[in-house]
Amino acid sequence: MKGPRVVMPVLDKVIRRSNFEEVACGYSLAEAQLEASRCLDCKNPRCVPACPVSIDIPKFIGELIEGDLDQAYYTIYDANILPSVCGRVCPQEKQCEQACIVGIKGEPVSIGALERFLGDYSLENNVLRETKIIENNIKVGIVGSGPAGLANAAEMRRMGYSVDIFEALHDFGGVLKYGIPDFRLPKDIVTTEIDRLKDMGVRFHKNVVIGKSITIDQMMNEEGYQALFLGSGAGLPSPLGVPGENLSGIYYANEFLTRVNLMKSHKFPESATPVRIGNKVAVVGGGNVAMDAARTAKRLGAKEVFVLYRRDMDALPARLEEIHHAIEEDIDFRLLLNPVEFIGENYRLKQVRCEIMVLGEKDKSGRRRPMPTNTFKTFDIDSCVISIGQRPNPILKESEADLDVDQWGRIVVENHQTSIPGVFAGGDVVSGAATVILAMGAGKDASIEMDKYIKSKQSE
Amino acid sequence: MYKILKKETLNKDVDLMVVHAPLVSKNALPGHFIILRVNDEGERIPLTIVDIEGENVSIIYQKLGYSTSLLGQLNEGDSIADFVGPLGKPAHIRDVKSVLGIAGGVGAAPLLPQLKEYKRRGVNVDLVIGARNKDYIILLDKYKKYCDNIYVATDDGSLGTKGFVTDVLVELYKEKKYDHTIAIGPLVMMKFVVILNKKYNIPTDVSLNPIMIDGTGMCGNCRVTIDGKTFFACIDGPDFPGEGVNFDELIARQDYYHEEEHVCNLRLVKK
Repeated sequence: MKGPRVVMPVLDKVIRRSNFEEVACGYSLAEAQLEASRCLDCKNPRCVPACPVSIDIPKFIGELIEGDLDQAYYTIYDANILPSVCGRVCPQEKQCEQACIVGIKGEPVSIGALERFLGDYSLENNVLRETKIIENNIKVGIVGSGPAGLANAAEMRRMGYSVDIFEALHDFGGVLKYGIPDFRLPKDIVTTEIDRLKDMGVRFHKNVVIGKSITIDQMMNEEGYQALFLGSGAGLPSPLGVPGENLSGIYYANEFLTRVNLMKSHKFPESATPVRIGNKVAVVGGGNVAMDAARTAKRLGAKEVFVLYRRDMDALPARLEEIHHAIEEDIDFRLLLNPVEFIGENYRLKQVRCEIMVLGEKDKSGRRRPMPTNTFKTFDIDSCVISIGQRPNPILKESEADLDVDQWGRIVVENHQTSIPGVFAGGDVVSGAATVILAMGAGKDASIEMDKYIKSKQSE
Repeated sequence: MYKILKKETLNKDVDLMVVHAPLVSKNALPGHFIILRVNDEGERIPLTIVDIEGENVSIIYQKLGYSTSLLGQLNEGDSIADFVGPLGKPAHIRDVKSVLGIAGGVGAAPLLPQLKEYKRRGVNVDLVIGARNKDYIILLDKYKKYCDNIYVATDDGSLGTKGFVTDVLVELYKEKKYDHTIAIGPLVMMKFVVILNKKYNIPTDVSLNPIMIDGTGMCGNCRVTIDGKTFFACIDGPDFPGEGVNFDELIARQDYYHEEEHVCNLRLVKK
């Protein structure tokens, strides 16, 4: 049996509550190599197929042990252009690390932490994978500069295409910039990884809303794009649908996190966008976004931050690491509670009224279904962040009647091809809100279909 | 960066700017708006498109808040960091024979392209325009081109009738009938115009301008309750039938960052 995991150092749990510094500090080389040595180098590795982008995990771990860090980084990079990002935000415990054989009798190899180590090594030492690009001068357009679009861009560029990425906001990276907080993913890492794509020759255009500034039809028929990839994500907040939801002091997580992450409102007034959170904050939901919102509220100075979740602790969908960090940071989990009404005074939020739930039979998701009890509990609060999920944005569909979407607004695809010839899609806009790595996998897979489509059209 | 080609002072608080923004102008229609950020530390603020000419977009802003004041410090030849659009749904131009525009203060800016479009379609167009005094009545010369009759109200009586636009409306409705009205101005004005028009059974479209961040449906800051249902002003609006709008809730939402605005304005004075 292998020894225990090498523990990654983290910032002091009290000090970090008042700053936005990254919590997990990363391995040193010695720590990384020690952790890497726990890998069994299985003949038939189960971790590789468990990775949405099929990184050759045993290979990079072997190269890391041998000290060939450049090569270890290349091994990851060839499958995943954002190792520093994915090493930090992937739910590894449900992917590669869940499949790891070492995990059967002990803790699995800390694959995510090793990926992060190598990604950071390349950023700190400016280790670049030289990519020889043979230009084919065929234009392809990508809608959205989040994980799906970035992964698609890298693959299309490697194949020689002339690639334009269009972003609606004023900064690139999508959810990596507006959604995930600095204490989990420092923004300069995202910027540096994106700069590498710029160096590859991918052209980035900010402040362009496809469907408004320029339509899909105009791109295909006037601007000469031979194929498009729609990776606009799931940006539309899901409402709770309870009375009082539009009182002042109630945020959707998107707004709250965008104010802080993209608009830097924690630096107000140097940064001109404010955020107001008060002392008592309720966060509704149990996913990663809810954890991000709760921990952000704490850092903004809220004294009492609690998560309202309608199931129990075991059912929280957030990454384990985020839940642990939230508990360490004094975030209170008030479970089996379902908000049913917000109560205000002069349209300002004062209270949230919750129904007490019990767990019933298992539902389709395999979790026990929360059942109402008709008993209630009310909390005094200054603000509330609703974080119960996101849906795709309707702008693309509204501007393009031919684009088929399902009843939840998700773009319908077959092999990444949408209902419009030459227009492909992937990531959250197809799947609904999921993970960074699944979006990247979709962007990557779609590139193969786009290349096939363009080649078949040209041979006609 | 988006270059300022022209800047015109309309009164001491209000400027008109012509900005080069080809991807905004390309598909813009009356009622669309833009979001801009003056500089890299700036807020994202929404402004209605007033006019489109070729690749150029005209906006009008009142230098009341921090960001609009900062914008007002820029001049011809300077550039705006970010300028994105056209956002929102274009104005719903109704199939009517007569329309009355009702403008309050800087609300005269977003109303102009709508009345222009009604006139182009051969509709009879009248205007009631109000402001605190005659210096704050803007765009009167431009409106003269598109309006058959113009009625002015000022709080101090320095131009037209002394009083509010609603005072003018009460008198006007004694002698004239309109199929439809569009009211754009401060929330309080729109609220009372809608209340009055309901009595006379005249429909009122309003244009809402709540606080926004992205302007594409992502943040939900701009939500507004209409007949008990939630709408996002950025993607469902900014124009809505005014009858069901919960103006009091919207006024509270608009006012939420009042103190922070003050902090920002103090910084502006120090600079």
